[in-house]
Amino acid sequence: MTTLLYCGRCGRESADGDHDACRQALMLEPPRYCDQCRRRMVVQVHPMGWTARCSVHGEVSS
Amino acid sequence: MGDILDVAREQVLEQGVGLSQEQLVEVLRSPDDRLPELLALAHDVRVKWCGEEVEVEGIISLKTGGCPEDCHFCSQSGQFTSPVRSVWLNIPELVEAAKETAKTGATEFCIVAAVRGPDERLMSQVKAGIEAINSEVDINIACSLGMLTQEQVDELNAMGVHRYNHNLESARSYFGDVVTTHSFEERWDTCLMIRESGMELCCGGLVGMGETLEQRAELAAQLAELDPHEVPLNFLNPRPGTPFGDLEVMAGKDALRTIAAFRLAMPRTVLRYAGGRELTLGDLGTRDGLLGGINAVIVGNYLTTLGRPATADLDLLAELKMPVKELQKTL
Repeated sequence: MTTLLYCGRCGRESADGDHDACRQALMLEPPRYCDQCRRRMVVQVHPMGWTARCSVHGEVSS
Repeated sequence: MGDILDVAREQVLEQGVGLSQEQLVEVLRSPDDRLPELLALAHDVRVKWCGEEVEVEGIISLKTGGCPEDCHFCSQSGQFTSPVRSVWLNIPELVEAAKETAKTGATEFCIVAAVRGPDERLMSQVKAGIEAINSEVDINIACSLGMLTQEQVDELNAMGVHRYNHNLESARSYFGDVVTTHSFEERWDTCLMIRESGMELCCGGLVGMGETLEQRAELAAQLAELDPHEVPLNFLNPRPGTPFGDLEVMAGKDALRTIAAFRLAMPRTVLRYAGGRELTLGDLGTRDGLLGGINAVIVGNYLTTLGRPATADLDLLAELKMPVKELQKTL
């Protein structure tokens, strides 16, 4: 299991605060930051899903 | 002057004449204990003048982010510190999105680009996209590509675009607090060209951006003056990094009063739930709005944010016994 180093919504370190509001928000928006390196990802939202691509760590999707 | 709901019952429900700006202010000021009565009236108006059917649409962002405009609600402006990055969708993905949308029973598929207006590259991509979709998917295609020239209006019409979206965004008197890189009049002019073109005009706005109730009524009245075929109603979803990112989410009851007011301003228009309803209204409020004047929904996700699962909306419509409009019919 990969440890999430950064918050996908705000980009801050996962250990910095509880990120409860971010987790709530991510129910209605895709992540914008890579959870491994906090680079901003290229995100494409589709009618029924989304994909998010980090230039280093690859693509994640819904 | 009589009670505003009694006036609306006679003027809008019986005669089909929309309320004036001054009357809409009264509706928006109506107390919470009259909200059920207001929503019931707006629903009766919608059923009488539009029918029982609900129009379903899906949307897709063809070109995301990097927009030169500064619409203060939008995470796709290149002028803010929003985390949204620029990306273009390719044609196969566009066709796949149209297929996904059509599977829900939707009759409209709207292709959206975050631009001031389309350049040659974008027009070319849209043309190729429309041709590819039409060869594989049976669905009406709408576009939202910003401000247009008359030549571009004619081109899109020739491509077979069924409906063109260009929102007023906010009332004329508040527009300068929302956008500074173009004017309300520029938006208005594009809307007039669309209306005259033969394409259907889709023109709405956002509420909950700090405007007053009077300005909310003003927006409804200005939309009514334009007489669009469809009005998408968005509720601000404050996006990180935008100038409106720290605004409070609009209260659900205010959102429902706004839905009803828009219906009473425009008894015959397609009034569509657009962005922000999940956050502002939740599941229960979504139901209340469908029973309070709404007769169209965007299913699935939006451009940069996510919506309810399409099945949740379709199940709700079935439960409410609201048939989904079929293709080739006009509400």
